[in-house]
Amino acid sequence: MSAPGVGEDEAEDHGAALGPLGFPDPGPPLFASVAEVRRRLGGAGYLADDGIAGVVHLADRLAKPVLVEGPAGTGKTELAKSVARVTGSRLIRLQCYEGLDESKALYEWNYKKQLLRIQAQRVMEDGAGTGDRGGSRPPGGEAWRDLEEDIFSEEFLLTRPLLEAIRSPERVVLLVDEVDRVELETEALLLEVLSEYQVSVPELGTVRATQIPMVFLTSNNTRELSEALKRRCLYLHLDYPSLERERDIVLARVPGVSTELADQVARIVRSLRTLELKKYPSVSETLDWARTLVVLGMESIDAEQAKATLHVLLKYRSDLERAAKELASAGGDRA
Amino acid sequence: MLGVLTGFVEELRAAGLPVSLTESIDAAEALHHVPLEDRAALKYALAATLVKSSAHWKAFDTAFEVYFSLRGTQYEIGSPPPGPAPADDEGGAGADAAASGRGGGGEGLSPEELAELLFRALLSANDAQVAALARQAVHRYAGMEPGRPVGGTYYLYRTLRNLDLDGVLERLMQTARADAPEGLTPLEERLARDEFRARLDTLRRELEDEIRRRLVADRGTQALARSLRTPLPEEIDFMHATRDELASLRKAIHPLTRKLAVRLARKRRHGRKGPLDFRATVRHSLSTGGVPVEPRFRYPRPAKPDIVVVADISGSVAAFARFTLHLVHAISSQFSQVRSFVFIDGIDEVTRFFEGVDDVAEAVHRINTEADVVWVDGHSDYGHAFGVFWDRWGEEITPRTSVLFLGDARNNYHASQAWVVQEVRHRARHVFWLNPEPRAYWGTGDSILGEYAVHCDDVVECRNLRQLERFVEELA
Repeated sequence: MSAPGVGEDEAEDHGAALGPLGFPDPGPPLFASVAEVRRRLGGAGYLADDGIAGVVHLADRLAKPVLVEGPAGTGKTELAKSVARVTGSRLIRLQCYEGLDESKALYEWNYKKQLLRIQAQRVMEDGAGTGDRGGSRPPGGEAWRDLEEDIFSEEFLLTRPLLEAIRSPERVVLLVDEVDRVELETEALLLEVLSEYQVSVPELGTVRATQIPMVFLTSNNTRELSEALKRRCLYLHLDYPSLERERDIVLARVPGVSTELADQVARIVRSLRTLELKKYPSVSETLDWARTLVVLGMESIDAEQAKATLHVLLKYRSDLERAAKELASAGGDRA
Repeated sequence: MLGVLTGFVEELRAAGLPVSLTESIDAAEALHHVPLEDRAALKYALAATLVKSSAHWKAFDTAFEVYFSLRGTQYEIGSPPPGPAPADDEGGAGADAAASGRGGGGEGLSPEELAELLFRALLSANDAQVAALARQAVHRYAGMEPGRPVGGTYYLYRTLRNLDLDGVLERLMQTARADAPEGLTPLEERLARDEFRARLDTLRRELEDEIRRRLVADRGTQALARSLRTPLPEEIDFMHATRDELASLRKAIHPLTRKLAVRLARKRRHGRKGPLDFRATVRHSLSTGGVPVEPRFRYPRPAKPDIVVVADISGSVAAFARFTLHLVHAISSQFSQVRSFVFIDGIDEVTRFFEGVDDVAEAVHRINTEADVVWVDGHSDYGHAFGVFWDRWGEEITPRTSVLFLGDARNNYHASQAWVVQEVRHRARHVFWLNPEPRAYWGTGDSILGEYAVHCDDVVECRNLRQLERFVEELA
């Protein structure tokens, strides 16, 4: 397996070329303009507004990761997937969870295989009849050094998503999903990758990226991320979309939906979001709802039908009750 | 451009946003890649590089509108005159030109005609027309005087009073009703109303923008930025919050409690390493051929504290008590038990309001209306309230209980009954006092905090959400 960039940890800067002032060189632009980002993402079924398209464009030009924050179900993960799709890149995903560590995020030595290798060596030597049965070999001998070099080579390295993204020769979009789930200390693992696009493996040296991957980190904001991480990223807050955009999203993603129904769906969802609810309907739930209505063969919704299908949108009993009550009223009392 | 950028970054820092040097370098770098004449693109580029938290967006937005307002007018849709025209002080000629240039009407219009035009523009959702009319309305009604040191809200209020948006909304609704042949169902009516409200919000934003543009022209960027600077939600003072600020506090508290609960749960699990878990270690060693490469440990399960909150909910500190009760109950899963008492001069237990409800805000609201806290005259009497507390519930305080007293200890010169706090201290694990007043005011006037403070483990200043959050985190 050829490994570009491995082992060249000094002198020649083969890996990610650094531009002036140490900014990573982003390479040829993926998108010519913000408008093109919008157009191409739109072609892939992801309707970006100016803010989203602008940040994606900047991320490409500045070679910086994007930290995407916002309520659940507003298309954070989908954005990364769509960018991967339109740029023809491979999507590498690192799902974060509590207790994620180096061996799951960066790389791990395959020690089962290493043990086998050592045992195999011993069996081979015993078979050759050295007669040294059972005695432990003192480390430091010629054979040991060979063995050590051998078992700490590429062959025994298990690459995990971050290293994988760095080493990949083709274009890559790296998605670090729900980064707020890892502990604060674990965030530090990401820092080297995100700012220098390199990974240090003590036994092998530094692995540099041959191409700068596009990186998206998503967060549901269950805790503040560290300043160090935020500083290295561009920040994008994905909120619930405007009425027009939500309607267009429904039209684009739900087959067989009429313009009229999509409009009504978007309006009712907007109305629900003005209520005080425990959990607001997300865009993905809006889509589920629209699909439900299409499957049920509805052309337009009245209050009764809305009430009957609200459970697709709202997931708390108290929310459901409140919404049912509010939708049946004309809503004139709100200040 | 660089000068403007550094000034802008300075302003963000002054408003409390943590903007680092690297981030401002990034912003400068980003400017290479956006077309500078595109104001929206510029805004997003700066936001992406400089603002790293959605809570800071509002502060950024205000600063941006002020710093890039003159430069932005040309970009405004529907304002044909070149140059910073609407900022023109001499009778707002520029604004008129803008309005009349769009056929929107100018100086010659009567107020009725203006209102009619505005109504039509709103009805047909003609944004450019609305914007032009907003300019005209500000010019006509706000009565802005150069050099007058009042905030934009005053001008906004004057303009809105003249436009009577509630009346406009009703008229829009009537038109919608009239248009529907067989009448509107409640749902349709609701949706129509929401739509018109959204359009009126657009109008309101246009008005604010216009007023701000004129203020910038009058007073200069930096002076205005300073006067418009609003505190971040977590730094709003509980005791002096306006209605809008209270609303933004309420919005901020929900994500805060969620974060706090997650953090505390993690702290509990990961805080310390327990003793070696022999079974798990052996089980795990099987994957490495019986060699215990990774030892496994038992996680300790520390006991959760009992909390008793005793809160003054008289007028001056009501907002503070409300937020604290909200916060403590929202993370009640982190405590083994939470009991709450509220008092003014009488005292009442309110734990029952929180039982079995999943909407903490609702419960807090019920406390205000239903709790029985008035004994004589409804003026704070800490002494009497504490006396009753001790008689009725003192027995129930155990060595596992942490007691929180909330209030400013302004006792209207009643007896302090500080011995209650001393007795509580003897029984309980900890006694804390949280005071929403600035430290410098403690013990002044009728505040008798000193008499209680000697019996407390700690007295903490809790003027804003940030301080409150820090305290609660240390408590659990």
